[in-house]
Amino acid sequence: MSILHVHLEGVGLWSAALGDFAALQAQLEGAGVTPPPARPPAVRLPANERRRAPESVLLAVEVAGQAVDMSGRAASDLLCVFSSAYGDQLISDYLCSVLAQAPTELSPTRFHNSVHNAPAGYWTIATDCHAASSAITAGTASFGAGLLEAATLCLAEQRPVLLVCSDIVGNGPLLEMSNTHAAFGCALVMSPQAGPDTLWRLALSLQPHAGGSLHPGPPTGAWHEANPTSASAWPLMQNLARGDGECMLAAAETLALRAVLEKSA
Amino acid sequence: MSVPFQPLAVSAFTATSALGQGLDKQLAAFAGPFGGLRPNDFSSVPLDCWIGRVDGVEDAALPAAHAVWECRNNRLAWMGLRQDRFLEHALDARQRYGAARVALVLGTSTASIGATEEAYRQLDSEGRMPAALRRPLIHAPHSLSGFVAEALGLEGPCLTISTACSSSAKVFASAERMIRLGLADAAVVGGVDTLCDSVLFGFNALELMSPEPCRPFDQGRRGISIGEAAGFALLERTEAAPRTPRLLGYGESSDAHHMSSPHPDGLGAELALRDALARAGLQADQVDYINLHGTASLKNDEVEAALISRAFPASTRASSSKGYTGHTLGAAGIVEAAFALLAIEHGLIPGNYGCATPDAMCGPHFALATEHQRVNVALSNSFGFGGNNACLAFGSAPA
Repeated sequence: MSILHVHLEGVGLWSAALGDFAALQAQLEGAGVTPPPARPPAVRLPANERRRAPESVLLAVEVAGQAVDMSGRAASDLLCVFSSAYGDQLISDYLCSVLAQAPTELSPTRFHNSVHNAPAGYWTIATDCHAASSAITAGTASFGAGLLEAATLCLAEQRPVLLVCSDIVGNGPLLEMSNTHAAFGCALVMSPQAGPDTLWRLALSLQPHAGGSLHPGPPTGAWHEANPTSASAWPLMQNLARGDGECMLAAAETLALRAVLEKSA
Repeated sequence: MSVPFQPLAVSAFTATSALGQGLDKQLAAFAGPFGGLRPNDFSSVPLDCWIGRVDGVEDAALPAAHAVWECRNNRLAWMGLRQDRFLEHALDARQRYGAARVALVLGTSTASIGATEEAYRQLDSEGRMPAALRRPLIHAPHSLSGFVAEALGLEGPCLTISTACSSSAKVFASAERMIRLGLADAAVVGGVDTLCDSVLFGFNALELMSPEPCRPFDQGRRGISIGEAAGFALLERTEAAPRTPRLLGYGESSDAHHMSSPHPDGLGAELALRDALARAGLQADQVDYINLHGTASLKNDEVEAALISRAFPASTRASSSKGYTGHTLGAAGIVEAAFALLAIEHGLIPGNYGCATPDAMCGPHFALATEHQRVNVALSNSFGFGGNNACLAFGSAPA
């Protein structure tokens, strides 16, 4: 079984309580953390876009910008993979509500913002990135499948890759289905080679037929269980904050992704 | 370490569209020629437009074991899987390689949002979805791949790509990378998108819909007609299927220009095209046929026609097949990849149905009527909202 080795150069993070990766590190060290504003600043977007961009775009662009800033790389050089279990649930709720009542009154802007690749589109426009960009989903395995896709892209193309995984809070009748009560986003910049800016080395390998071990245990009430991306990304995020560690992530229904993290020497 | 690109065998493929179920129905329409568009009889309230609807989807129930995935989009997926013995080919690959060694990468733009729309039309007195539709799996964009993975019993990497109208073209690129890096030995790729209110009223709101059957590249074109389709392909290393057509390369790019209109100079489209040719080791004059994105929107066709004129010699033939099927959105990539593969297997270039008087931007490349000639290399273009571009290169098996 092949092992994928990638070198991490940047990480971005956003939740209601944690405004960036440094806040997570501080929290794990027991320091007090000031919660970020409700709306992600998403400073990589031009001001006019920032005002009207949908929430899913603000969240994705915010964590993407943090990770790229930390890596010191030019955003325009990065291949990118945007992963989300549900896309923009607020727009889906809006679309389905309007369609049920007055379909011809649908907003054209909200419609074109409803595509799953809206964050990828806004990001590549804002950063003048002409490289390949993708938008993917894999249900509750969206984080692990996104990590696998990004690492595969990084090694097959031998180019640095930006991975962004995010899900906003749901709304309306759809919320009962998505069960997404908290917003969470995280991002990684990875490179195929170790370099002076490498912060961690990550080794990924597939563990097939993992079955039931991938399914979450009984809910504990922890905040990260209220979002499909944070629920699945949390073990790796904690390892990143600690500096090393090993975890199993779901990459598909019965396929596990073993992720071994080491601090760069 | 860089692993060089090796062509992959397309050991099986299939397409189902408004032209009918399976490849023979698509071929018959090209030969006719006849189109599959009809006046809109689908939307929940009337909307004056033409659509490419697949007959019989409503009656194609899923096997009882998969009932939790029931929705119109998965019915079309199930119908599509059973054409051209694709299901048998996929199960045979699972048998030969093992369930965990076959990847599944599917593209869709709207997945089963039609079921979510339906639930919102039937909310109960508490504002909840009706009990029969209270199934979380079908209200998520991964619904299609989740169902197909279960139906085929696949346990390898499983991914949904949703980049609007390039979705099911990009699946070939993701699958190729997985096989190249040894994460899988074979991959089922494909895509399914079904008609739904979201896209009909959405494109209507954007004023991109044609009031008549769409006429790609015609001077008098008035916009797009939306269709639905399902298509699948099985990718393996060439040793496993030396006689079948091949995936020679692909290109992917971003316009970085606008969310819903293409770059005016076709910048991203050209980057994807050059990337595909470079990866395949091809010169432009080796390309026999290009299945164009050709949506019949004013802007797309103008930009794409200019790209073909400047990038290819007159010997390269080109056409859009959206006049037959409508624009099948997230399924367009796989369906048009299937048409490119049919062109190679049958020496047939589908005529650009619906175009009588080509736009002034069109060069001599356009095949207005169906032509018969040897096709060794065929490309397929797919461009999506958000400026997301893909170009696929297919070739015949070496003699």
